[in-house]
Amino acid sequence: MNGVPPVELCGIGTRFGRHWVLRGVDLTVQRGELLALVGGSGSGKTTMLRQIVGLLPPTEGEIKLFGESLHDGNRDELAARRRRFGMLFQHGALFSALNVFDNIAFPLREMRCLPEAEIRDLVFTKLGMVEIDRDAAWRMPAELSGGMIKRIALARALALDPELLLLDEPTAGLDPDRSAAFVTLIRTLHQALNLTVVFVTHDLDTLAALANRLAVLAEGRILATGSLDEVVQVDHPFIQRFFLSERSMHALRRGKGTD
Amino acid sequence: MPERAKPTLSQSEHSVRLAGCWTLATLARAPQGLRAAIAKAPREALWDLHDVVALDTYGALLLWRAWGRSIPTKSAIPPEYQALFQRLQKHVAEAPAARPKRDPLAWVTATGALTLTLVSHITCFVALLGQLVIECLYVLRTPRRIPWLEISANLHKAGVRAMPVTALVAFLIGVVLSYLFALQLKRFGAEAFIVDVLGIGVIRELGPVLVAVLVAGRSGSAMTAQLGTMRVTEEIDALATMGVPRHLRLVFPKVVALGIAMPLLVAWTCAIALAGGMIAAYFELGLDFQFFIANLPRAVPLPNLWIAICKGVAFGVTIALVACHFGLRVEPNTESLSGNTTRSVVAAITLVILLDAVFALATRNVGLGRG
Repeated sequence: MNGVPPVELCGIGTRFGRHWVLRGVDLTVQRGELLALVGGSGSGKTTMLRQIVGLLPPTEGEIKLFGESLHDGNRDELAARRRRFGMLFQHGALFSALNVFDNIAFPLREMRCLPEAEIRDLVFTKLGMVEIDRDAAWRMPAELSGGMIKRIALARALALDPELLLLDEPTAGLDPDRSAAFVTLIRTLHQALNLTVVFVTHDLDTLAALANRLAVLAEGRILATGSLDEVVQVDHPFIQRFFLSERSMHALRRGKGTD
Repeated sequence: MPERAKPTLSQSEHSVRLAGCWTLATLARAPQGLRAAIAKAPREALWDLHDVVALDTYGALLLWRAWGRSIPTKSAIPPEYQALFQRLQKHVAEAPAARPKRDPLAWVTATGALTLTLVSHITCFVALLGQLVIECLYVLRTPRRIPWLEISANLHKAGVRAMPVTALVAFLIGVVLSYLFALQLKRFGAEAFIVDVLGIGVIRELGPVLVAVLVAGRSGSAMTAQLGTMRVTEEIDALATMGVPRHLRLVFPKVVALGIAMPLLVAWTCAIALAGGMIAAYFELGLDFQFFIANLPRAVPLPNLWIAICKGVAFGVTIALVACHFGLRVEPNTESLSGNTTRSVVAAITLVILLDAVFALATRNVGLGRG
């Protein structure tokens, strides 16, 4: 069961109108990796993430999750595959009509076979895992701070014990202290739950602290993959600008320091 | 695929052996017998989990609950699963936080809250009105500040684009009314009076209210939703930061535009409704068009037209004010947006009908002529 990579992209191309955002992208994510998709603004990072979860069909190429194509099979098989990954959206995307408890319970209730008592214990386990006080369970999303929303959205993404976790800009909008804490939390959960994590970021602190493999996107393709040290060696103007400027070097050193 | 292996439980004299895959996905499809077997298995037996292929939080929770919310003393749990049970122990072992209890006096607080909301609506509305008066005075002193562009855009959106739908509705209502009246009037041999009935009824009453209801549903809701979305995306705050007074730029043009568009729409609707009525009267009663048109000025004295125009202005301003009032109250979440849009339409229509009653009382001696 360790042989099948959670995510496989083969020759992905995406076109918006007449403009190719991505072209000929191949990428394989192995089990247990913490892969960062890096690139400048508009380089197609978020597009790629949305394609992996099936929100956006690619113009060409094929995407396989856990060795199966995302859109194969009947309704039950599709649903079962979707439960194997969780996604954290940039702004949390908590349902504003539901309180925190019901937000996390939502995917569990959608299974339609769990008794309420078990759902309750599961929700409080997840809340504990993301270090949210249990009294916060009855508050509405509108009453929460940005950092709490991210944590609760993470708890919701983890509600079904997914094997693959996708994060869109996990630390955007958080202060440095909170974002460091959030990065630590994700690292801890990654180890504890045996997760595969794919995340998009352009925050170098987060990148250095979290990723154990990088894929650099620019000019509509993947320029380089590998560990941070390997990627930095690649001789390409974008990579040189992105990673080796004075500011970037500083951020990267700082990020590594938080390990 | 080993990940899909069925969860099984086999029981011998002193031990319970679990095997297979104990995860949410497999357990959800497991037969009910398994749950019963877990519940029946003796708690003090040796629970052996070494053959379990995969275990997730839900699988662990199921066992842990069967064990009476604790880990049995005699258990063989492989080290990789230990953390799961410890996490459960840590986060849910103590009595789980209960949903806050319902307060027996909840209805008192609810009534109080409702009253306070009502009061806040009234104060906000009055404040909006006052702010608008201030803006009007300001604009009169500095006419180059009049937001012409916004006014004309709103005029187009709420006025010109509403013409087809109001025309369609008015024409059909005119035909239907005329037909019904014709049937009744025929019985008294009073066919000629259809001009009076339709003229007074449509111009004085039906035209303005019909347009108001249509415009409240069409433009009022759009205005609330637009302002509400601008609140959600912080665009209104951005305007305020740039020193642009939001009432002048957002509320004033809408109120002015609807105040101008509504009387025009009323005139347009009345004309179309009367045309519809005229056509129906021709077919039903054989009244020719010339007779109808020639008798209209006699049947409907001029003051009725002024009442219709005044109603149009009053209704238009009311709808726009109500729409802006609710739009500016939207909080940045989806619930609030949908709730306020609904409330805006309902409140606008209710207020229009109330105002109509006030008009009817105030003008009961005007324009009904030959009494």
